[in-house]
Parts: sequence; C-alpha cells; structure tokens
Amino acid sequence: MTDVLDRPDAKAGLKVVGTRPVRPDGADKVTGRAAFGADFAMPGMLVGKIKRSPHAHARIVSIDTKKARALIGVKAVVTAADFPDLASEEYEAGEGAANMRDLSLNCMAREKVLYDGHAVAAVAATSTAIADQALDLIEVKYEVLPHVIDVEAAMAPDAPLLHAHLFTEGLEARPDKPSNIASRNQLARGDLDAGFLVADVIVEGRYTTAAVHQGYIEPHACVAAFGADGQCQVWSSSQGQFMVRTYCAKVLGLESSDIRVTPAEIGGGFGGKTTVYLEPLALALSRQAGAPVKMVMTREEVFRATGPTSGAVIEVKLAAKADGTLVAADVVLKYQAGAFPGSPVGPGSMTALACYDVPNFRVTGFDVVTNSPKVAAYRAPGAPISAFGVESAIDELALKLGMDPIALRMKNAVRDGVKAAYGPTFRYIGYVETLEAIQNHPHYRAPLGPNQGRGVAVGFWFNVGGESTAAVNIGEDGTATVITGNPDIGGSRVSMAMMAAEVLGLPVEKVRPIVADTASIGFSMLTGGSRTTFATGMAVTQAAQKIVADLERRAAQIWEVAADNVDWLDGAAVCLDAAKAVPDLTLASLAAQSARTGGPIGAQVSLTAQGAGPGFGAHICDVEVDPETGHVTVLRYTAAQDVGRAIHPAYVEGQIQGGVAQGIGWALNEEYVFDRDGRMENAGFLDYRVPVASDLPMIEPIIVEVANPRHPFGAKGVGEVPIVPPLAAVANAVRAAIGVRMTDLPLSPPKIRAAIDAR
Amino acid sequence: MTRTHVSATVNGDPAEFLSDPGTTLLDALRDELGLTGAKEGCGSGDCGACSVIVDGRLVCACLMLAAEAEGRRIETIEGMADGSTLHPLQRQFLEHAALQCGFCTPGMLVATKALLDANPDPTESETRYWLAGNLCRCTGYDKVIRAVMDAAAELRQVRV
Repeated sequence: MTDVLDRPDAKAGLKVVGTRPVRPDGADKVTGRAAFGADFAMPGMLVGKIKRSPHAHARIVSIDTKKARALIGVKAVVTAADFPDLASEEYEAGEGAANMRDLSLNCMAREKVLYDGHAVAAVAATSTAIADQALDLIEVKYEVLPHVIDVEAAMAPDAPLLHAHLFTEGLEARPDKPSNIASRNQLARGDLDAGFLVADVIVEGRYTTAAVHQGYIEPHACVAAFGADGQCQVWSSSQGQFMVRTYCAKVLGLESSDIRVTPAEIGGGFGGKTTVYLEPLALALSRQAGAPVKMVMTREEVFRATGPTSGAVIEVKLAAKADGTLVAADVVLKYQAGAFPGSPVGPGSMTALACYDVPNFRVTGFDVVTNSPKVAAYRAPGAPISAFGVESAIDELALKLGMDPIALRMKNAVRDGVKAAYGPTFRYIGYVETLEAIQNHPHYRAPLGPNQGRGVAVGFWFNVGGESTAAVNIGEDGTATVITGNPDIGGSRVSMAMMAAEVLGLPVEKVRPIVADTASIGFSMLTGGSRTTFATGMAVTQAAQKIVADLERRAAQIWEVAADNVDWLDGAAVCLDAAKAVPDLTLASLAAQSARTGGPIGAQVSLTAQGAGPGFGAHICDVEVDPETGHVTVLRYTAAQDVGRAIHPAYVEGQIQGGVAQGIGWALNEEYVFDRDGRMENAGFLDYRVPVASDLPMIEPIIVEVANPRHPFGAKGVGEVPIVPPLAAVANAVRAAIGVRMTDLPLSPPKIRAAIDAR
Repeated sequence: MTRTHVSATVNGDPAEFLSDPGTTLLDALRDELGLTGAKEGCGSGDCGACSVIVDGRLVCACLMLAAEAEGRRIETIEGMADGSTLHPLQRQFLEHAALQCGFCTPGMLVATKALLDANPDPTESETRYWLAGNLCRCTGYDKVIRAVMDAAAELRQVRV
C-alpha cells in the first residue's frame, strides 16, 4: 500500500481530501427522491404486521391462529413454529458478535415472551386494516410470570429467572445454578490495594444511567419477496445489507447465496440497525403467501421492540497523590442486556479507563439479562455509560485536590507508548493535542453568570477496521464509478468519492459513488464501529491506486516507453522520457482508447483493514440551572476530537455535533419508563423526549488532526467518540452550577430541584 | 367500506384520489399519489418528518385526514425545486452539509419554507423554536440552523 503520509508534505499536496464538496446523493435527499426503507413498493405487495406480547415476562401456553387465517384477505400467518429452532452460535458482523439462537428468539418468541412488545406472531394481508384485524383474531394464552427490569434487582439471587440455561460465564468456577448474570468480565493490572494505600486522596461514587434509545427518525422497514424458485430478494433499511443477508439465512435456515439484499437509504441507525427484526418475518410471510410482503414498524414498535442501550449502575473508586497523579482505580459496571445476553459492558469496561495512565486498576463488568427489549449497539456501545461514572469521579477528584480538571486529566493522560488499560500500546494518538485544544479555547476562560456552571469531560473509542470491498470502474468518458457495500448513513458516499478522486486526479464531481446490493459487490462488514471511511475508504483508495498503475501501463504502451517512465499527475499520464516529446494523456483520452490497451478499465479490492486509530474527544459544556424549576439549559458547548485527518471536514463536524446532541439528550431528558407490569409507558416522541432545535445551542467542533499512518490519507474513525463525553460534561457542569453532584441520569428537573432543596 | 373521492391541488397541479375514512393525508400522498418525500417518523405529529403546507399553513400530514384535503392547496417537498433548479433552502442545506441521513430533511425543508414565507428575517432563536417540531437525530441542528439563516438572507436579497 502506498502510504501518502510517508511524505511530509502529504497534506499540502491534497486537492480533494480536506475540502467540502456537496454530497453526490444530496439532490435526491433535498427533493424527496431518495428512497428510504418504507418508500419501496412492488406490484401485488402485501402488508405484514406483528402481534406483540403485552406482558414483560410470560410463558406462551398456546397460540391459535385459525380465526386469523380464515379472515378474507389474510395470506399468511407465521409463529415460531415456522422458523427453525436454532442452536447457540456466535456470528461477528462488525459491531460485536450476535448469537443466532437469541437473534431468532428475539425476532419471534418461542415458549416464553421476555419483554413487553416481544413478537409472537406475524400476518400478511392485502391491506393494513385487514392485517390489523387479523392480529386481533390471533388468540395467545399466556401464563404471566414475575418480571425484573432493574439491573441490580435482576442480579439478586431470588430474582425472576429469564433463562433456565443461563449460567454466569467468567467466574473462577461455574456456578451451581442459573442466574440473570450472563457473564462477568474483568480487566486488571498492578496491585490495587497497594495503590489505594499510597493515595493522598480517594473519591468514591455510585452512578446510574437509564436505558435510552438510538432514536433514529426512520422506523425499521423492508420489502421481502420469496421466489417460487427459492431465490429471495430483500429491500431494507439497515446498516449492512450483508448482515441482513446472513442473519435472514441463519434465522430461516436458508443458504445466504439464495438471498439478495438491496440496501435502501437509511434514515439513521446509530447502531440500532445492526441487527434484524422484520426481514426474516417478511421473508417467512412472503414464502407462505407467494407474494412480496412489506413491513414497516410504527414508532411505538420501534421503542418497545428495538434498540435500546443499557440502563446501568457504575461504581467508581479513584485514588491519587496530592499532586494529582492517579495511583489506583476500581470500577464496577452493571449493564442491562435486555432479554438476551449481550450488553455492551465489554467495550464499556475496556474504554472506562482508556484515557488514563493508571498503574493499579480493576474494572469488573456484569452483563445482566432483564425483561426489557434486547439492547442493540448504540454509538460507541457501552462507552458513554462507563465514561459518565469515571468522568464524574475525575471531576470530583479535581474538586477535592483543588486542581483544574483539564490539568488533572493532562497529568494522567495516555500518550504514545503507554499501554492502554484494555491491552494494546497506544501509537499515533492525539489525546494530549485534543486536551490542549479545549484548554486553549476561549470558551474555557469565558465568564459565567449566576446559576451557571462549566463542566469538562473526555472520551475514548477504539474505532474498528475489518473486511471491506470496493470496486472502481472508469467510464468511456473518463469518469469513475465507486462501488461499495456500506450503507451511507451520514455522508460516507462523498468521502468515498473524494478519496477516489484524489488518487485518480479527477474532480470529485466526475466520481459517482454507489452503494450496491449483495450480489453486485463483494463482502463488506456493516456500517458501524466508525469503520466505513477508514476501512472501506482504504479499499476505495487501493482500487483507485490499482487503476492508476494500470493507466500508467497503458500510457507506456501507447508511448512505447517503459512503465516506470510514466507518472500520474493531476488526472493525466505524464511521459518522463525526455526523448519523447508527447503530450500528456488524460484519463478521458486513455479511457477512450481502452479497447486498444487491454479493454475496460476497472479494479476491485477486498481487504481486512488493520490499524484503525483510536479516537479521543474532550468537551466543555456550560449550563444554566433554573433554581425554581430545576430545568437545565445548555448554553454553550465545545467539542474537540482527534480525527486523524478529516476527509470531508463538514461531515466530520456533523458527526461531532450530532454525537454531542445525542449525549445531551441522554444526560438531560431521555429514559425508558416502565409501569409496574413492566410495560413501557413512554413509547413515543412526545414522552420520550429527544433534543429538539430549541433545546440546544450551536455546538462548536474543533477538529484535531494527528494523522493515522495506517490509513492512506490519515483518517481515524469519527462517528462514535463524540457521544462518549457529553453525559459527564453536562453532569459536571450541573455540579458546578448548583454545588451538588448529580449521579443519576437523566438529570430531569424534579431530580435537580430535589437536589437544590436538599443542599 | 365506502371510499371518498378527494380532489385537491398538489404542488400546483390538480390531483384526485380515493380515500378510506381513516386514511391520513400522509398515507394518501405516499400510497395513492406516489409522493414519498414526506416521511412517517412517528404517526403522532411529534417528529415533523411528514410536514406539508396546506393552504399556506404548516401541518403534519400524519395528523390530517385525507378526506379533509378536499379543495385544498397542498405543497410538498416534491414541489419545492423549480424544475431542476433547487430552491435556495435546498441548496443551502447541501452547501452547509445540514443533513446526514436525510430522512428528516424533506420535513425540515418544508417547515423552514413555511417559516420564511411567514417571517423572512427570523432570529436564530425564532428559527429554533419554529423547527422544534422537526426532530433531527443526526446533526444536532447546528448546520441546519446555519443553512436556514443563510437561505433567509439569500431570499431577502432576491426580494430586494
């Protein structure tokens, strides 16, 4: 691989990377032409609907579908009996592994329902009205069981048990009876007791967060057509068409080669669309009905049966010397997994202390099943939760030490060469530069008024690489098409086009990026883990580089010179042989005569991208607290982040701003509220309040660029880091404003008011 | 079930469709007229992704019955551009990168047009409160607000 950054003048030489062109899919998105999941239709299409459990935990005694099947217009009814009973098997799709048995049982309950909203049956009918009527005609008899949603209640020895086969993994000895604790993980180094013994200052705290939803505005949607020849087509909105293909094949017991998945435009995912809910059901219904089936969730279904991320308990104990040097950290994380194992407590544990160089530590994580929707990945899964506890505790430590909170973080900052708490040794990280960026920003010294406070917090995310494929084809007119298999969730098409344009020497407008279906491009892991611009961008760059090498060869053939006598400069072959006085050959002219030089010009690269550079963010938040109502207003927000190199700075800024906004919602408003029977009480955007435009100030992003030498243009993942610091940044600002440490999210007005009254 | 015949003007052209009593304007636009630019994000008037303008007034198409559209003048995102020339709002959204996934964008643009039709010179605060009914989960609204303010300024220049 040619390493552009080996050249010291790399950035100066770039013509496209680092600029802000209009995205190639932009016109479709602002005119309403872009086709999202629910916008696709087929002739003869049926409407699919799901019957859902009204109970948080119950045994399914019987399901009688006879009356529903008899209704005129009903074409198919499926239950768990129509799906194979799968064995336990893990599959890695790009943002954490999934257990296929649990995935299947989450799509369609078998024997037991495990949360309010759990699917028990599905129908396909000729109209929505008939489908709804059919759902009412399906008779399900339940034996209601005691339920448990709170994470610590679920860990109690006498808690209602979700899975009789679940024995805690990760303990010294296998327990003798099942529990709701799916696993315990531990990261440790040094001598914890010795660390606490030499400490001058110790802080200790217990923090909680509520389950929150990714809150993408587009509900899940798909159309599935099961052909009479067994060939299946699926159109759906997801973070990965290959993930949809594999998961559908597993859940239905089909060959994945018999399923072709075409990605629709995706209306937000944030990790929540890294799994399937509808697609296998739609295929099963289509198989039975012999017609295409469209399924679209309502917003209520999205809240009750998809996402969210864990509610959690975080216990943090930190120790430092009087000069601020951290000597010990003990962190305990208890995360709700929802109905099946797989909370993000693993990454939550690994990221918890990733910003700190601390010699003695222990992080213990518990993955706990609860009678709530199975959690799905949510932007930097697990990290914002552990960061809320640790960054609140660091703030408390700074107060106790009388130290500036940025100076305290700087003193203990990880740097290149430091062995990260989660294992590897850091290289090419830009954490100190990121801290300096907020330290030197005027925001940090701006005056504050009464009832106002300022908070600081930092955050870390690994970013991942993984498997990607990209193809670049040159048209006879000298333009390029870039084909990838990664759904464009936030403007990645333009970044792909820019990287190809940079290598080919074309204006970006001459490069058309396409996101292809599973039959039209080689495998790519899903869009997640902040991997697309890094990993798929690497494949695009290498494919373009192969084309440049081919173009040089073709020019050499035309000029009858050796290939190393040809250079590629600004979109044209240049002859370096002084004896040949020939004009440059542009890409367009080489494309026009490609038939004589070896045929069509194109290249495909499939790779496993290694060396994703980890990302760090450092945020400053100012709030004002209304002492009468307890309402918190975010007044000003500044977020610095090391992004390696910003391919398209405007979309990098957008990722930072969007992540911050979600983090503010998590901190202040958002939470799943359950009634006594375990039913979600706020399954709509009126009562589950995501931040609206009038809730937020402008969010100032600071792009810090410490290049990642493992990416051809220096890029690191961007999308996930910015949601990690805000929970604590907001809470630390509230602490500064009211003088009371708030430990339970969300920081809703009643809680703040009570804290003010109690001070 | 008796279906109602509805005649309306959609983006300046006459449009006719049949509607069940419970059909929303949003469903009629999307399913009967094939205008899928307006999106259903919630079906309860909370997200604004289905924003359309009816007789000059901004409404959530999911909260209006299709039968109520009889004789009304409806503007949707599909009618915002002038042929292949984008409206200044659409252009500013693109130039500011004021969209990521783009799902809320049609509703956001229609709502913004309604704002600027009523108030050509809104403050940032007025813009934020006007758009409080249009949820965006991707952008944090920063670039959206900047795009609206710049488009408003551009449109004021055009008016002068």
